[in-house]
Amino acid sequence: MKKIEAIIREEKLEPVRKSLEANGYFGMTVSEVSGRGRQKGIPLQWRVGEYRVDFLPKIKIEVVVLDDDVPRTLNAITASARTGEMGDGKIFVIPVENAVRVRTGENGENAI
Amino acid sequence: MPVNPGDTAWILISSALVMLMTPGVALFYGGMVRRKNVLSTMMMSFAALGLVGLLWVLYGYSLSFGTDIGGIIGRLDYLGLRQVGQEPSPIYASTVPHLAFMIFQAMFAIITVALITGAVVERIRFGALLLFSALWLTLVYCPVAHWVWGDGGWLAKLGALDFAGGTVVHICAGISALALALVLGPRRGFCHGEPMEPNNVPMVMLGAGLLWFGWFGFNAGSALTSNGLAASAFVATNTSAAAAAFTWMVLSWMYRRPTLLGTATGAVAGLVAITPAAGFVSPLMGIPIGMGAAIICYYCMLLRMKLRIDESLDVWAVHGMGGAWGALATGIFASAAVNAAGADGLLMGNVLQLGKQAIGVMAVGAFAFAATWVLGKLVDVTVGLRVGSMEETVGLDISQHGERAYGGLLR
Repeated sequence: MKKIEAIIREEKLEPVRKSLEANGYFGMTVSEVSGRGRQKGIPLQWRVGEYRVDFLPKIKIEVVVLDDDVPRTLNAITASARTGEMGDGKIFVIPVENAVRVRTGENGENAI
Repeated sequence: MPVNPGDTAWILISSALVMLMTPGVALFYGGMVRRKNVLSTMMMSFAALGLVGLLWVLYGYSLSFGTDIGGIIGRLDYLGLRQVGQEPSPIYASTVPHLAFMIFQAMFAIITVALITGAVVERIRFGALLLFSALWLTLVYCPVAHWVWGDGGWLAKLGALDFAGGTVVHICAGISALALALVLGPRRGFCHGEPMEPNNVPMVMLGAGLLWFGWFGFNAGSALTSNGLAASAFVATNTSAAAAAFTWMVLSWMYRRPTLLGTATGAVAGLVAITPAAGFVSPLMGIPIGMGAAIICYYCMLLRMKLRIDESLDVWAVHGMGGAWGALATGIFASAAVNAAGADGLLMGNVLQLGKQAIGVMAVGAFAFAATWVLGKLVDVTVGLRVGSMEETVGLDISQHGERAYGGLLR
């Protein structure tokens, strides 16, 4: 099992959710996060002059998938989240030791 | 003179309108600070309603409007509202109950104290601010109000014009704000260019809207009668606010984009500048006065930032400099045809009036700066003006008031 953490543009949440569903993954955790990468910040205006906002709002999607499903999940996310501009985000893949379904107590791959 | 019902209704309504400006200031300032200091910033303004509302009826009114002592201050003959009753005062606003005039003036004192707090947000101790406010009301506001509006006040005798408080309220608050900010020092991180991002710009606009609304009571109410002069002041006020809001919007647009924050600030600058002039100029003079206010305050704000002075919410730039422009503009655009109690200004060929206005600006500005500096230092060495560095980092909402603006587990 692997956990996929995808940090994407806010407006790409819906396309990514749909493409994950199309690949059989309905369960996921979504949070609003702030961050920065090569896009850097953006300038905003004060009463006069401006200031820089360094961290921009992004969406983080966490989904745990079977080892075999990792490549196509990554493809699904990148294809649906990409605009080609800086600021499209990043995906991290992290090993998962175990998973438990709280309702039934099921373990391992059956729990995801 | 007997009580006039129309005038009385108008002054009571105007008093209520001016009262609403202080919560307006709270919203206006509260939206511009970081989210950890929203409540403390709003509290500083709202607390003035409690503190000054008390001190004014106890002795403040008497110091400002009591029988003159040497042109400087009023006697304590109105202490605890003694002799201030349902009959008109023989001297002030002789067609409305003395109590109505007194409470109208109370609202001016309250908002003036609230205005200063914009300079010291996010770092001043609440208790120290209350102590400073009480001292400042007594030793700065009351004398200045007497000089300008008191019967026998020295600036009144000189003939300096201030229709609704450009000098008494705005120059006094704006210059004092600068002095207090200099005594207090900058917020942590200010000098390293840490962004101090406004937490809620919609709230700033709501505050500016309430200020604009209340300002009709402030300026048109200062006619102290319900007549043509009140209408003239009303129209001049709206025209100046409109001209300044529009001008600031254009300035912001020339820089990059037309911001709501800038447009709301412009409206306030225009309202400040027309305050001393409202009942002495023809309504259309609101246009040059408002445009001038936007341009002057905009560049004063840039200058303040360039000098790296943390007068945080630009009370000096908007109220101090906007008020100074308004006072001088009164000396330029005034016309005795609008108000027989006024005078002709520079454009009507009376150079002398501009000189009188300049004396008023300089005298009040210098006194307010010096007195505030001394009072600020005094409070600092006795009880301490500033919060500790940890309290400042955590934010004043929690460290000074034990509450936070936005609750809930997830924020």
